Amino acid sequence: MPDISELVIGDVVAEKNFNLDRDSLVRYAGASGDFNPIHYRDDVAVSVGLPGVLAHGMLTMGLSIDPVVSWLGDSGKILEYGVRFTKPVVVPAKGRAVITVVARIAELDQETKKARIDLQTSFDGNNVLGKSQVWVQL
Amino acid sequence: MVNSNIQGKRYPKSATYLVGREKIREFARATFASEESIDLVAAEAAGHRDLVAPPTFPIVLQEFGLKLVIADPEAGLDFSRVVHGEQKFVFKRPIVAGDLLTSELSVTSVKSLGGNHMVVFDTEIFDESNSLVCTAISTLVVRGEDA
Repeated sequence: MPDISELVIGDVVAEKNFNLDRDSLVRYAGASGDFNPIHYRDDVAVSVGLPGVLAHGMLTMGLSIDPVVSWLGDSGKILEYGVRFTKPVVVPAKGRAVITVVARIAELDQETKKARIDLQTSFDGNNVLGKSQVWVQL
Repeated sequence: MVNSNIQGKRYPKSATYLVGREKIREFARATFASEESIDLVAAEAAGHRDLVAPPTFPIVLQEFGLKLVIADPEAGLDFSRVVHGEQKFVFKRPIVAGDLLTSELSVTSVKSLGGNHMVVFDTEIFDESNSLVCTAISTLVVRGEDA
């Protein structure tokens, strides 16, 4: 468990790349129960005007917090986690989409030992989540 | 489109959902969680009764409530025009394998914004003793006909 008294606002506490391919989307569909075909069928995605098959927003949200959970060593320390979905992640039929997550300390409350960590999740040079904030108990 | 009359509407409580240890592992792996986060010995060493569900796991319970809204003729929610705008989870305590949960969805607001509708849902998740475990707050954007 990180020691809050040693943390400084702006510190990068975790950083990680994730490789998404079509298998990842099918696996997430099964685990979550979200079988919307825009997440695995090119013809359906194109027919509703999308640039291609998209990753589930909830998959992007789910993987973005993994570096913070690993840093904490206990997902039971997560008090609150919220995001805004700002841009889609297009996952090609062949190859992969690489998502980069950077987690930074944004707010520290030494008295309650709570910290806010802001996540920057980017794909293809753009941030795909906005206002991505996690409150943790340290 | 969506009917603004559903603002404030509460949908019936879900059936009981038993959180399975292997379901937690399946969901965790699907969201690229580390193997350490689904290690039983580590969870117990951290003081938990069993494995802790990943932070976005409550989405599984939110889905049950959302299905009721989609099936509700009064709501008139055209799901093919829905885009997920925002999502938040607020925990009173972590969800742990073995928990028996129920969820209850209510519509907190319906707003129009430039031809689109924004619908905010709160899903409250309760444990066996009816204590609040987590609230999932979801904003869906329903694209207008010409959007």
